[in-house]
Amino acid sequence: MSERAQLLLEIADDELILGWRDSEWTGIAPFLEEDVAFSSIAQNEIGHARALYELAARELGTTADELAFDRKPEEYRCSALVELRLPEWERTIARHVLYEQADAERLGRLKASDDAELAGLAAKIDREEVYHRLHAEMWAERLQDEPRYQAALEELQPLVDRRNGGSPELTALWEEMTSVRRSQPAGTTW
Amino acid sequence: MIYEVFRQERKGQAFQHAGSIEAPDERFAEWYAREQYGRRGESTALWVVRRDAILPIEEFVDELNRNYHRVDGYPLKEKLKEARERAGTAAPRDR
Repeated sequence: MSERAQLLLEIADDELILGWRDSEWTGIAPFLEEDVAFSSIAQNEIGHARALYELAARELGTTADELAFDRKPEEYRCSALVELRLPEWERTIARHVLYEQADAERLGRLKASDDAELAGLAAKIDREEVYHRLHAEMWAERLQDEPRYQAALEELQPLVDRRNGGSPELTALWEEMTSVRRSQPAGTTW
Repeated sequence: MIYEVFRQERKGQAFQHAGSIEAPDERFAEWYAREQYGRRGESTALWVVRRDAILPIEEFVDELNRNYHRVDGYPLKEKLKEARERAGTAAPRDR
């Protein structure tokens, strides 16, 4: 697999898994407005994943769906940060903040890439991420003096650059995420 | 904090009340307002106003029944009918 395809999958996996984890707040966020906002962020991330998978799929001769759902858990390249199920709001915000920082740097590099297709997509994604970063910053400011939030930042920071694939957290999520697709009787299409 | 949101559907149109949102401060209010009332291209502009910045006026005293202040103050129908009867002419539609 080319370096380009590997990079695309890495980012796409990050966005898909984070989108999935963030969507777990739908219906149970701290208040209704935040529920709508955070669900919308989750949806955006999955939208980014789709665009990135499509780009990779063209190169690899497959489809976005197959890349997103038909690989084995150990083949995913996402960061350990996004794999965790975090049912605590302060940890979720800590992850959101750490992810948006790392993602901003990554998108900045991609936007400057010689690969016009990649740079174009990165610019497009970044226009939505601007709002995600604003959201993360607002929450970071609100929670900055909260010891539990500080502890969460310290706990999660080391995970940002860790990419194992096949962790127990990811495997459990993968089971859930792909169960409908795997239950599809042979020969049927959705 | 409750914020009231007004949205303008097309440029030049009057803003109409869209709904209200709860937000801890103005920045969150902006974010939530964009999300709930601007995300689907349904608005060209929003006004986000703290509810307590609104001066509500709900009572309209009219003790002396000065109905000539109102546009419906002069019911002309009856007077016109009487005048027509005096003059012996029918209402236009009856002619």
